[in-house]
Amino acid sequence: MSNVLVLVDHTAGTVRKTTAELLTIARRLGEPVAVFIGEGVQDALPALGQYGATKVIALTNPDLAQYLVAPKAEALQQVAAKVEPSAILISSNAEGKEIAARLAVKLESGLITDAVDVQEGGVTTQSVFAGNYTVQANVTHGTPIITVKPNAATPEVAETSPEVEEFDVTVSDAAKTARITDSKPRAATGRPELTEAAIIVSGGRGTGGDFGPIEAFADSLGAAVGASRAAVDSGWYPHAYQVGQTGKTVSPQLYVAAGISGAIQHRAGMQTSKTIVAINKDPEAPIFELVDFGVVGDLHKVLPTATEEVTKRKS
Amino acid sequence: MKIVVCAKFVPDATADRRFRSEDNTVDRAGVDGLLSELDEYAIETALTVKEAGDSGDTAVTILTVGPEQAADAVKKGLQMGADAGVHVVDDAIHGSDAVATSLILSKALAKLEADLVVFGMGSTDGSMGVIPAMVSERLGLPAVTLGSEVTVDGQTVRIRRDGDTASDTIEGTLPLVLSVSDQANEPRYPSFKGIMAAKKKPVETWSLADLELTPEQVGGSSAWTEVVEVTARPPRTAGTIVTDEDGSGAAELVGFLSTNKFL
Repeated sequence: MSNVLVLVDHTAGTVRKTTAELLTIARRLGEPVAVFIGEGVQDALPALGQYGATKVIALTNPDLAQYLVAPKAEALQQVAAKVEPSAILISSNAEGKEIAARLAVKLESGLITDAVDVQEGGVTTQSVFAGNYTVQANVTHGTPIITVKPNAATPEVAETSPEVEEFDVTVSDAAKTARITDSKPRAATGRPELTEAAIIVSGGRGTGGDFGPIEAFADSLGAAVGASRAAVDSGWYPHAYQVGQTGKTVSPQLYVAAGISGAIQHRAGMQTSKTIVAINKDPEAPIFELVDFGVVGDLHKVLPTATEEVTKRKS
Repeated sequence: MKIVVCAKFVPDATADRRFRSEDNTVDRAGVDGLLSELDEYAIETALTVKEAGDSGDTAVTILTVGPEQAADAVKKGLQMGADAGVHVVDDAIHGSDAVATSLILSKALAKLEADLVVFGMGSTDGSMGVIPAMVSERLGLPAVTLGSEVTVDGQTVRIRRDGDTASDTIEGTLPLVLSVSDQANEPRYPSFKGIMAAKKKPVETWSLADLELTPEQVGGSSAWTEVVEVTARPPRTAGTIVTDEDGSGAAELVGFLSTNKFL
């Protein structure tokens, strides 16, 4: 079977769930070969083996960490030249998409981004135009490069014991021209990652700036917290949590929109959620056109009572 | 300094957006279109850089690739305050994928001898967000992307990028490719004076031949990806709406969550 490269998404060896999803998808296309960039490959090994990586190629050149995406694309090009994969799968986040973009030019290969599914044979599914259309596509030239969104597959265990192969890559001076000069880590919230969460509770203009009830309800459900653009633009919640066209596109099992009217900008980011619930004072709010369940009411009254009830039932 | 903003003409997101049934490409000619909202942030960045510069020799050019109507995107940029426009238009371009689009842009940017290339964070139609990286790759220029704050200090361009796990400071040296997020600024509205002045600003129209490209290098027939099927999303079935008149809303909400096994 042909090799399918999976670029491992990790923080210091802690593998993110998206990588398990990519490995699961890779098994539909061939034999998954994981490419691990940075330190901590031994820590990552169990997780990579659990989801079927047949081999792990480790790249530890320090230039790969310091200089953003260009060196990583060069490294993958060199790995691809050796492994001759039939496809390359990368997580659909800002960095992943840029690596994929550069790689497509380097390898003269077709690129598909933001796949929400990849079938055997490499046909991808994407959700476009604010979730109003579903598009199926495939790559017709070169090595298919596909970036895959979180939750595109349910990770399936397929135990292997992959070997680690250290691989030397050379990074050109040209790839070292943009650099990170400072990095301030964001304080951890203890909540699930927005794009990976099964449940998201989002707040909008209707919060009036108080996200307390949103966060409390989210915590009672074990959910991530999101925000509409109106709330972010008002400075009520950080941009990293914005759901919508210019923020994150999410597709959780349950999306709760509280005090969000449902403008196109927001719908674009959450319309493909499996179940949608809204709480809004305005019965005419367009968000109610999308919902499976809606409460016309004040979120400041509804959410605290609901939080109490959920906590009671769970304890 | 020569600043070029790459701006895209997109179907209006608030109107009906659709695909052409004959070739599964986005219908750009038969629907209302406009300058991609996200590119306004790029134009604003370019104008701010120009205005902050002490020398008077900085010019901002709006570059677009697209059908006849795409000239509107250039016009909007000129009305906001850009100095000149370039519109690459050629029937053979229709159906180009991102890789081919980046080729056309790169040739035009090289011809314009751009020092600073500015992009928005993505388009509001395709929203792949890959063109800045591809253009950077093709031109061999550094790329600093998704800036929420931009400073140009002599030859150094520095941005703050607010990522998922960290807020990074990233810098590179001109010539360079920059992309900005919708957090970077508040784009200006064209003034009446700006609208009048735009009518006299130079706009060049270039064909593929002007960029030494052949029709075989771009367009739908040579795209490296193919859309095999387009399906309109079925409308969601109407949900249950309750009104919280007597404090019952919370109980009904929790009941719904419980019934659907979210608790």
